[in-house]
Amino acid sequence: MSDEYENKSGYQAQSSEALTGSAGSTPDMDYVRPAELPEQDLYHGHTFLTKWVFCQDAKVIGVQYFLTAVFTGIVGLILSWLMRLQLGFPGLAGFITAEHYYQFVTMHGMIMVVYFLTALFLGGFGNYLIPLMVGARDMVFPYVNMLSFWMFFVAVAVLMASFFVPGGPTGAGWTLYPPQTILEGTPGSGMGILLMLVSLALFVIGFTMGGLNYMITVLQARTRGMTLMRMPLTVWGIFTATVLAMLAFPALLVSAIMMTLDKVIGTSFFMPTILKAGEVLEYGGGSPILFQHLFWFFGHPEVYIVALPAFGIVSDLISVHARKNIFGYRMMVWAIVGIGALSFFVWAHHMYVSGMNPWFGFFFATTTLIIAVPTAMKVYNWILTLWRGNIRINTVMLWCLGFIVTFVNGGITGIFLGNVSVDVPLSDTYFVVAHFHMVMGIAPVMVIMGAVYHWFPLITGRLLNETLGKWHFWATFLGAYSIYFPMHYLGFIGVPRRYYEMYDSPYMTSAVGMNEFISLAAFLVGAAQFILIFNIIKTLKTGKPSPKNPWKANSLEWHTSTQPPEHGNFGERLPVVHRWPYDFSVPGAKDDFIPQTTPPSEVAHTKVEKT
Amino acid sequence: MHAGIIFFLVILGSILFHIFTPWYWTDIASNWKGMDDTITLTFWVGGGVFVAVCLFMIYCVFKYSYKEDRKAEYKPEDKKLEKILTVATTLGVAALLAPGLIIWNQYVNVPKNSIEIDVMAWQWGWQYRLPGNDGKLGTTKVVNINDDNPFGINLDDPYGRDDVMVQSDIINLENNRPVKILLRSVDVLHNWYVPQFRAKMDAVPGVVTYYWFEPNKVGEYEVLCAEYCGVGHYAMRGGVEVQDPNSYQEWLGEQETFSDLLAKQNKEIETKKVAKNNSNIEKVIYKEEK
Repeated sequence: MSDEYENKSGYQAQSSEALTGSAGSTPDMDYVRPAELPEQDLYHGHTFLTKWVFCQDAKVIGVQYFLTAVFTGIVGLILSWLMRLQLGFPGLAGFITAEHYYQFVTMHGMIMVVYFLTALFLGGFGNYLIPLMVGARDMVFPYVNMLSFWMFFVAVAVLMASFFVPGGPTGAGWTLYPPQTILEGTPGSGMGILLMLVSLALFVIGFTMGGLNYMITVLQARTRGMTLMRMPLTVWGIFTATVLAMLAFPALLVSAIMMTLDKVIGTSFFMPTILKAGEVLEYGGGSPILFQHLFWFFGHPEVYIVALPAFGIVSDLISVHARKNIFGYRMMVWAIVGIGALSFFVWAHHMYVSGMNPWFGFFFATTTLIIAVPTAMKVYNWILTLWRGNIRINTVMLWCLGFIVTFVNGGITGIFLGNVSVDVPLSDTYFVVAHFHMVMGIAPVMVIMGAVYHWFPLITGRLLNETLGKWHFWATFLGAYSIYFPMHYLGFIGVPRRYYEMYDSPYMTSAVGMNEFISLAAFLVGAAQFILIFNIIKTLKTGKPSPKNPWKANSLEWHTSTQPPEHGNFGERLPVVHRWPYDFSVPGAKDDFIPQTTPPSEVAHTKVEKT
Repeated sequence: MHAGIIFFLVILGSILFHIFTPWYWTDIASNWKGMDDTITLTFWVGGGVFVAVCLFMIYCVFKYSYKEDRKAEYKPEDKKLEKILTVATTLGVAALLAPGLIIWNQYVNVPKNSIEIDVMAWQWGWQYRLPGNDGKLGTTKVVNINDDNPFGINLDDPYGRDDVMVQSDIINLENNRPVKILLRSVDVLHNWYVPQFRAKMDAVPGVVTYYWFEPNKVGEYEVLCAEYCGVGHYAMRGGVEVQDPNSYQEWLGEQETFSDLLAKQNKEIETKKVAKNNSNIEKVIYKEEK
């Protein structure tokens, strides 16, 4: 083995003047407190295995997470096509039985929420961006970080294996409500559900290892001058989401363990006395509602685990491409933290008609509508950032605008569903399906796409094709909007969700045409994603090399020693931070951006307000 | 084409779709008009915010799209504006929450004069039980359920004897009389849902849940199961017929009570015994002839 540890501890004691070294400046003005800890030693892999497979570089791990998550996302996408085939054109594909349909529904839901969105935002963007944006050479525990990805990989493998076991994957709905989940009468109630529960447990274990890294790196490994209130909102979003995940995932782990015990050794945590096919089963005394409380204690924060990184990333994208500081940065930070904290007090709004004590409704409706206030503030601040900006209408900005439209739309329908008595007629109908797809499906995906177009030059050194990007955006945005906007109205009619077929119910016959239309739009949106795949392949082969910092951004990831950044990120010396990342279009400045590393003495003549 | 134009058309299209949509609520057939009204209110307030935010965004896209020589404004914070927006949003949210909570208060408080109906669910079907002349339902247990006691009524509970049993997935209701739906399930979660009544609640094995409504329109309605309950979920349908009081009383008179069923079973047992005796006698005769 030629792998070696590199000792960089020689740099920590230097004063800021020596590091920043700007000529003719007053030393006090540029003073930054010296580092408290020596720099970490990095493990440099030299073999193929240690460089690309069991790699300890957070950037490679981020890309590994990203690609694995995208693979599960493609599986989820294909499942959604099959579901829409059945819903729009029942009976056309004869192989889709009711069992299959419910398996597709379940796997689509679980894959998209947990294995696609969560892994992509935290594992993918978190790993790639946190060390770069806070000015660290890597995550604080690179080895644990590597283990985290491989645990996730095994979790995905176990999940995918459930497609091939006798009885197929579980068809219990992604919420896995007992008792039906582990009883015959639900598809995949044998091996399928066991593999699902094992896979979720592995995911939580793997995620905990990654999550520790994200949290401690943000808290402990920021470079000199990078105060918490100078961090890009992307880091704030991912950091807060990680804290939520560390608190919420244990509830999922506990419920997965308890349900496994109910299934395997016949305990009755969630199982009351049950009569099945004339026989009384050997269960008794358990509470199905307890599972729902545990599940949603995880499940609601989970929504924000996906949403908060999206909020953070979109704030940065909007600010960079509108050439304007993010409006109300401190308000944005506190809104992220506040939403995160409140998200633990709203879980039972998923359970208004679950049979829990109805008096809970008053409490949870109130907390749920309170959370609308900080969320609305974030929306106002995004559009106020556009106001009086200098907006580049490029692909990245289009995704951001698409995000604002879909997120506000989905947020407003959330006020319907959160408002307890309004939820009564709408719950368990297509209104709910439309709402959560708009707000936590389409809106975060808009941000992911924007982020891909934005950071692709950083990761590969090439710019994605703009024309293809715009086609990709409009097909996705218009298609997705025409899937989910009309779908709300199916819910008004009263069409219940999770129905394999409606026969000739009067509710449904009026909506046959709309269902066909929605299905066609769904096929189109799915197919449009291949434009991106084509664009990526084409760009990697023949794309335009990107200049350094092509978007003229301020944050540290664009100010690395090389682009794409090498292992260790910043070359010989870590950057020293003197300001927040949003100094765009500062009056008096030469350029319309001032990078975070620019010392005050260099821009002393400008009207910089906030540092 | 300028991106702003397409976004504008999307917003305009959404408004037009909402105005001209042929897909909207089924005609309400219960007392829960307040729910519809709150939804309408939320539509106006929420829809107004959606349109306002999007139009402002589109305005910015038109007005401030990139020009080489323009410089964006530099103004990190505007405390006053932020305060105004926070207060306005809080007031708006409170205005939506208040009617929601008032109606929920009605939803959880069942009127005294309502008739109780036991709705029993299983994979995959429904049956119903009404109180008899004593006005009270007998208590039940899952383990009691068998062919002779389809509702699992406790045999030692005197209130159970005169309970009216409707062993069908269709139930009749009296118009303009509040009903308290008592839900119970013998296996998994279910939910007894009639879109026209607006109300719903899960049936949970192990506990009895409830909700109430007052049907106010004579007619037949379809019952749907609204909580996923396994592979037969989509086929778990039932029916409701809302009748005027006279027809309802007539229908009620035709239904069997638990004591009717017990009597019938006793009679059957008697006949079986007699038949058995007869066959024994025949055998004996046969034997004797031999």
